[in-house]
Amino acid sequence: MADVITLNYEISPDDFTRAGEASSDVKSKLKQLGVSPEAIRKVSIAMYEGEINMVIHAKGGEITVEISPESIVMILADKGPGIPDIDKAMQAGWSTAPDEVRSLGFGAGMGLPNMKKYSDEMDVKTELGVGTTVTMVVKY
Amino acid sequence: MTVKDLMDKQIFHIVNAGEETDRQVTGVFCCDLLSIAMGRAPADGAWVTVMGNVNTIAVATLADVSCVIMAEGAALDEVARAKAKEQGVTVLATEEPVFEAALKVYQELHG
Repeated sequence: MADVITLNYEISPDDFTRAGEASSDVKSKLKQLGVSPEAIRKVSIAMYEGEINMVIHAKGGEITVEISPESIVMILADKGPGIPDIDKAMQAGWSTAPDEVRSLGFGAGMGLPNMKKYSDEMDVKTELGVGTTVTMVVKY
Repeated sequence: MTVKDLMDKQIFHIVNAGEETDRQVTGVFCCDLLSIAMGRAPADGAWVTVMGNVNTIAVATLADVSCVIMAEGAALDEVARAKAKEQGVTVLATEEPVFEAALKVYQELHG
């Protein structure tokens, strides 16, 4: 793995049946590359939570994954409404997800906390009415 | 105990046999909220839930549990069943409530 491998995914809005496809694809590619199961699990969980957030809150978006010899960088960019209070959003249990999303088993307010827990570095840039970009790094 | 060992005990119905039945079952975890299961279900654990939509299968795959056990007679919907097949996820089922289902796995693990 000398070079950086870049993967791009388009996340469709409001499609819960397809949510997770990008994360699953990254998971299988990392497996092929021989990445450790622990790092794969961290990337899978962090990215899936991000993917679900984009489907629920942001009408989809784009995910770029950069796999280098040192780390895996996930950049999740959307043109959604932005996050009004990032401190609250980071609190476990805080959620603004609608009821139909809760009936599917989501909306427990664990998305961003799980993303932070399973990534080694996380940065959230958000602007109301413009969108949100979350960058997460998992190191080997 | 492997997933296959658990299947062979015939405590649970087999909904989808899955592809990695030689995996070890290392523990058991119960939760229906997918985000909590995602963050807390241990890798290689057996995950007991009543939530049977396609996202259950996605969480099972990504959190890397060894199998899913549907309790309370809950069923996978059709999309979820197809996804389980496609992803090779082992899904078992029982009429028992969540606690009893998990307890049975625990007893098999710890005697």
